[in-house]
Amino acid sequence: MTIPLHWYLLVAAAMFALGLYGVLARRNAVAILMSIELMLNAVNINLVAFWRYLAPLQVNGQMFAIMVFTVAAAEAAVGLALIISIYRNRETVIAEDINMLKW
Amino acid sequence: MNLELLALLIPVPPLVAFFAILLFTRQSKRASDIVAVTAILLTWVIALIVFFSAIGMGPELGKHPIEASFVWLPFGGSSATSLTMGALIDPLGAVLLFFVPLTASMIFIYSTGYMASGHYWTEVKGEGDTHGHAGHGETHGHEDAHEVVVDTAGRRLTKTDATAWKAHFMAFLGLFAGGMLLLSVADNLLLLFIGWELMGLCSYLLIGFWHNRIYPNQPDRITPIGAGIKAFMTTRVGDMFMLAGIVWLYSATGTLSFRAILYNEATLEMLGEPWALIPALSVAGAISILIFLGTVGKSAQFPLHTWLPDAMEGPTPVSAMIHAATMVSAGVYLVLRFYPLISVGFEEHGFPLQMQIIAGVGAFTALFAATIALAQRDIKKVLAYSTISQLGYMVAAVGIGGYIAGAFHLMTHAIFKALLFMGSGSVIHAVEHGEEHAHHHGHHFPVDFDAQDMFNMGGLWKRIPVTAWTFLIGGLALAGFPFITAGFWSKDEILLDAYLHAPVVFWMLAAAAFLTAFYTMRQIGLAFAGEPRTSAAEEATQKDWRMNLPLVVLAFFAITAGFVGVHKDFPVLGTLFGGNPFKNFVGATLLEKPETPEFTWIVVIASILVSLGGLFVGWLVYVRKPLKAGQEDPLKRALGALYTLFENKYYFDEAYNFLFVRPSQWLAAQIYQVIDRGIIDGILHAIAFGTQWTAFRAKDFDTHVVNGGGDNLARGVGDLGDSFKYVQSGRIQQYLTVAIVGVLLLAGIFVWSLFLS
Repeated sequence: MTIPLHWYLLVAAAMFALGLYGVLARRNAVAILMSIELMLNAVNINLVAFWRYLAPLQVNGQMFAIMVFTVAAAEAAVGLALIISIYRNRETVIAEDINMLKW
Repeated sequence: MNLELLALLIPVPPLVAFFAILLFTRQSKRASDIVAVTAILLTWVIALIVFFSAIGMGPELGKHPIEASFVWLPFGGSSATSLTMGALIDPLGAVLLFFVPLTASMIFIYSTGYMASGHYWTEVKGEGDTHGHAGHGETHGHEDAHEVVVDTAGRRLTKTDATAWKAHFMAFLGLFAGGMLLLSVADNLLLLFIGWELMGLCSYLLIGFWHNRIYPNQPDRITPIGAGIKAFMTTRVGDMFMLAGIVWLYSATGTLSFRAILYNEATLEMLGEPWALIPALSVAGAISILIFLGTVGKSAQFPLHTWLPDAMEGPTPVSAMIHAATMVSAGVYLVLRFYPLISVGFEEHGFPLQMQIIAGVGAFTALFAATIALAQRDIKKVLAYSTISQLGYMVAAVGIGGYIAGAFHLMTHAIFKALLFMGSGSVIHAVEHGEEHAHHHGHHFPVDFDAQDMFNMGGLWKRIPVTAWTFLIGGLALAGFPFITAGFWSKDEILLDAYLHAPVVFWMLAAAAFLTAFYTMRQIGLAFAGEPRTSAAEEATQKDWRMNLPLVVLAFFAITAGFVGVHKDFPVLGTLFGGNPFKNFVGATLLEKPETPEFTWIVVIASILVSLGGLFVGWLVYVRKPLKAGQEDPLKRALGALYTLFENKYYFDEAYNFLFVRPSQWLAAQIYQVIDRGIIDGILHAIAFGTQWTAFRAKDFDTHVVNGGGDNLARGVGDLGDSFKYVQSGRIQQYLTVAIVGVLLLAGIFVWSLFLS
């Protein structure tokens, strides 16, 4: 007995929702960055699951997943660098306090 | 060069000189003199060529005159009624070509000398230190010619240079001469009228030439500017009637050409029909009366004579120009030119009404003006009234059918009267110089010292001999001194015509001739005889050749010009001088040669008697016992109240002032108040007020609606931005929340729409 596709999809949706909540609700910028990683990985589960169930003879899904990993790694690197830079200047990583770009 | 072209060219040089001086040489008096004199001499040469060619043709010239014309203004629907321009030299025109350029040239040369020095009084405008004594009216301080004095009328006066505008003077003279020559050669009435009006304008400009001159202690005396206006307005009255006559003539005949009307039996006969309104008058008669009224204005005949004596306010060469060579001659020339029209009906029924009127006006003016001349003190005023009187002679001559005699007297009078005027100018100049000299030697003159007053002269014979001799010749010619002067022969001709045709006119003219001789002798006696009555006369001097030369030249012609018109039956002289060549020549101008009046001794004796009688009485009173300084005019005691009447010119100026000038001034003031100030200004003010009101409303609209709307719109947008800017909080999680809510909403709508479909 194989596990049906929608199970994977539900797990991915749950992970996405968790990540989204983290992005919107966490105050620590590092935690927000981690939540973004969670959302990206939820997408990766979807991609891999669709590939496995719908088009197993092609490599498109895997390629997509690899691309997303790459982007996520780059994004984490840039994001962490930004946060460090902000911390050095403002001595805070709380997202609410980093609000200089406003009216 | 053919003669026709030359005839057309005659008026051109002075007109060119007018423009040349005003445009190019007005800065230089000397250059302007040269331009003006060169131009008039050139004209004289051309005129002489044409004149001698015309004389060479003799009486044939009447039938085949020198004619050149071209269509100027297509008018009246057909080529026959077009207005033309052109020149016509017939025998009468040739006579003008003899004396007009001659006298004009002499006057131009004389002017260059006359206008070269002199001063007159002007009012000082504005504030300043007043030197001199108030009310005393005496000049003092020899060095300073331009000091300020105060006269009895409280005006502050100073002497100003009379020569400042000399270049303009020469230019105006040129225009004047051009106008007269245009009139002389014109072949139609319209061109003649153009020249006529040109002269009217120039007489205004020239009489008022010393435009800022006023007379100390005489606030009521007419000033040059007033005299100019008076001359212009008075002649304008005559000109209006004349213009009416021109229009009538054109509408009756369809042409204004002299030859087509006046040398054309059919036209004259047609115009001889009785006029519908007044049957006693033919159409020709009515038209000639209208045209004659032009002459009344221009030649200063009663009742429009009052401008001419006041025209003496102009510089003396102007007086010579207006009173001798040109303007007043133009008036007489006009009636002579229109003699064929005037004399329509003359042969058949005796004198027609228009001729009676013309003769009456002329004879009355001749006598009336002569009486006024008796009592004048001003040397030029005497000549002015004598001119009016002599013009009356000529007009009367035309009125009694003495066509030849009128033309003859026109010519001789122009010459000797130009001579007399220039002589009087020379006298005035001499006395003014004498005044200046005496002033330098410590003599004091009252500010109202009048260099033209003959009672300030006396004894000038020795001081200015050239002027004295030539003035004597001119005076004798005016008085008609028998046999040797031109005036005798021409006056004799008029008297002969009058004696044969109109005895009343004869007696009036003979009386006038007596008075003329008397006042001429009075003038000569007062000015030249005896001892000087003032220090100005004592030191009088005038040695300018530019003034003396014209006097000598004109004196020569004042004697010789009369010999061409001696009656052919006059013993010895008649045949000696060729049996009246003037009459044979000029008579050819008319279709029918005028008959020669029969020679009679009675008229010759009468004219010798009145002439010598008048001169003798004048000699008795003014030369045998010359006046002493301060002595009254002996005539005053002899004539009593009449003298006052003459001296005041029969109070015509006062009467005209009361009858015409004041009412028209009053009327003008009323019209100014009611029509100009009330109606025209009222309308203008209403329009202005309305416009202003509308403009203010428009301004309000602009301020409140346009500007306000714009401002409010901008402010509203700004306020809106201000209110909504807080949306940009800088908090990234809020933004994201909003974005996600928006995405969810859109997704909801999308799903909902799927359901609906």
